[in-house]
Amino acid sequence: MTTRRSILKTAIGGLALAGGGLIGRLARADLPAGTIESGTLETLPGKQPLLKRSFRPPNFETPVAYFNDVITPNERFFVRWHLMNIPQVAAADWRLAVGGEGATQEFVLSFEQLRQEFEPVEVVAVCQCSGNRRGFSDPHVPGVEWGHGAMGNARWKGARLKDILARAGLRKESVEIAFNGADSPPLEATPDFVKSIPAWKALDENTLVAYEMNGAPLPHWNGFPARIVVPGWTATYWMKQVISIRALTQPLSSFWMNTAYRIPKGKFPLIDRFVSQESDTTTPITEMVVNSLITNLSDGQRVASGSAVVVKGLAWDGGYGIRRVEVSIDEGRTWERTELGTDLGRYSFRPWSFNFRPRGPGRVAVLARASNAQGSTQTDQLIFNGPGYHNNVIQKVVIDIA
Amino acid sequence: MAAALTLSLAARADESALRLKDAPELTTVRAYCSSCHSVDYIQMNAPFMKKAGWDAEVRKMIKVMGAPVPDEEVARIVNYLAANYGVE
Repeated sequence: MTTRRSILKTAIGGLALAGGGLIGRLARADLPAGTIESGTLETLPGKQPLLKRSFRPPNFETPVAYFNDVITPNERFFVRWHLMNIPQVAAADWRLAVGGEGATQEFVLSFEQLRQEFEPVEVVAVCQCSGNRRGFSDPHVPGVEWGHGAMGNARWKGARLKDILARAGLRKESVEIAFNGADSPPLEATPDFVKSIPAWKALDENTLVAYEMNGAPLPHWNGFPARIVVPGWTATYWMKQVISIRALTQPLSSFWMNTAYRIPKGKFPLIDRFVSQESDTTTPITEMVVNSLITNLSDGQRVASGSAVVVKGLAWDGGYGIRRVEVSIDEGRTWERTELGTDLGRYSFRPWSFNFRPRGPGRVAVLARASNAQGSTQTDQLIFNGPGYHNNVIQKVVIDIA
Repeated sequence: MAAALTLSLAARADESALRLKDAPELTTVRAYCSSCHSVDYIQMNAPFMKKAGWDAEVRKMIKVMGAPVPDEEVARIVNYLAANYGVE
C-alpha cells in the first residue's frame, strides 16, 4: 500500500524532474504543496483506500493506478459531496417525488416501483467531477484541489428519466428538470444542493435514474439508493440520493446554478448548450472536454535501456466518441498513433496502449493526446478559468531510462 | 422522510487527527470553520493563497454559505489563514 511518505516522495521527485529542465514547451503544474501533504490515503466504510482531499464533506479521489481497469470498481470509485449532512438511506424508506409546475401528474415512487415499473436500461458512462485536475491549474485556484482521480467509469443500470417524465405528463412549457438529493446543509442559511438540466437533456434516452452500478447496488458514498446519470455531462448534474425530480417552467435560480459550476462563454470547443441558464458572459458547464490519462507510468519510474515499454491509458470525451489517441516521446514534435482497445460505448473510457523501446541513459517525457469524433483535441496550454474546470492540458509523465 | 433518515458520522471518524498550526486565533478559526467542514480545506488550499484570496474565501463563506461569523472576527480569521497558510 502506498504510504503518505511515498506519495510525498513521488510528488517531490516530480518537482525535481520538472526543475531539471525537462519541461519543454509543454509546461506542467503540480498540486499545491499543502494538497500533497494533506492528501493521505484514507478508507471510508465500504471503500478501498482513496486519496483524501477532505473528510467533511467527504471528498476522496481515485489513485491513478486504479485506472488500469476500464471499469472503475465501486469500492474504488471517487467520492464527492458538497454538504456535510449525508443521511444513510434505507431502500425500503426511500421515496422519489416527481412533479413540479411543468408536470400534469405528480406521484411518488418507491425503490421497488422504480425497479419494476420502468424498463431497465444500461449505459457505460464516465462520471467526472467538473473540477477534476483543478489542483494543476496555473495559477492555482481555490476549491477542492483534485489531481487526476475525481472520475470513474461504471456500467449504470436504471430507468430512463424520459420514461418517468412521460408518466408525469411533461408540459411543453417545461424548460428544465431539477433534482434534489437527501443530503442537506449544516445551516439553514446554506444553499441546499439542487441542480437542473435542460429539458432536452433530461429527455435524452441515455439520461437515467440509476439504481445499479457495475451490477451491484450503488455504494452509499456514490448515491444509494438511486442517482441521476447524465452521460457526457460533468458529475455536478448526477444528483446522488435523489429524492425529488421537478419539471420547471422557469429556469432554476440558486447559488449552485447562477454562480457555481459556470464557465466563461466561448472559451471551450463545446457543442451542448444550456441556453436557459446562459448569461452574457458565462454558461453552466455542460459536456466534458476530450481528455486522456496515462495510467501505468509515473514520474521517476525506472526503465531499463532497450527494454520494451508498454504505455497504457484511457481516453474519454462528452459522448462523441474517441477517434484516436497519440503518444509523443520527443516533447511533442512528432506523434504516433496508439492502439485503441475495447469500445464499451461512446460515453465510456476507451483504453489505449502504445509500445516503444527507449534508449538511455536519460529521461524521456511521455505525452498523450486524445481526439474525438468532432475533431476536438487536448490543449497545449491551460485554458485558464477561475473555478479551474475543463483542464485537458496534454499530460506528461517523465521516466528514467538507465 | 426525515424520520427514516439518520445522520452518518462515519466520514468524520478521522478528521480529529487534523492539526492546524498553533498560532494566535487558532481557536477562533476552529470554532467558526469547523462547524460546517473539516479543516483540511485550509491545508489543501495552502500555501498558494494570498491574503486577499483568504479574505475572499471567508467572505464567501459568510455571504454565500451563511456562516455566522461576526464582522469583528473576520479579520482575525483572515490574518491567521494568511500568516499560517498563505503566501505573499
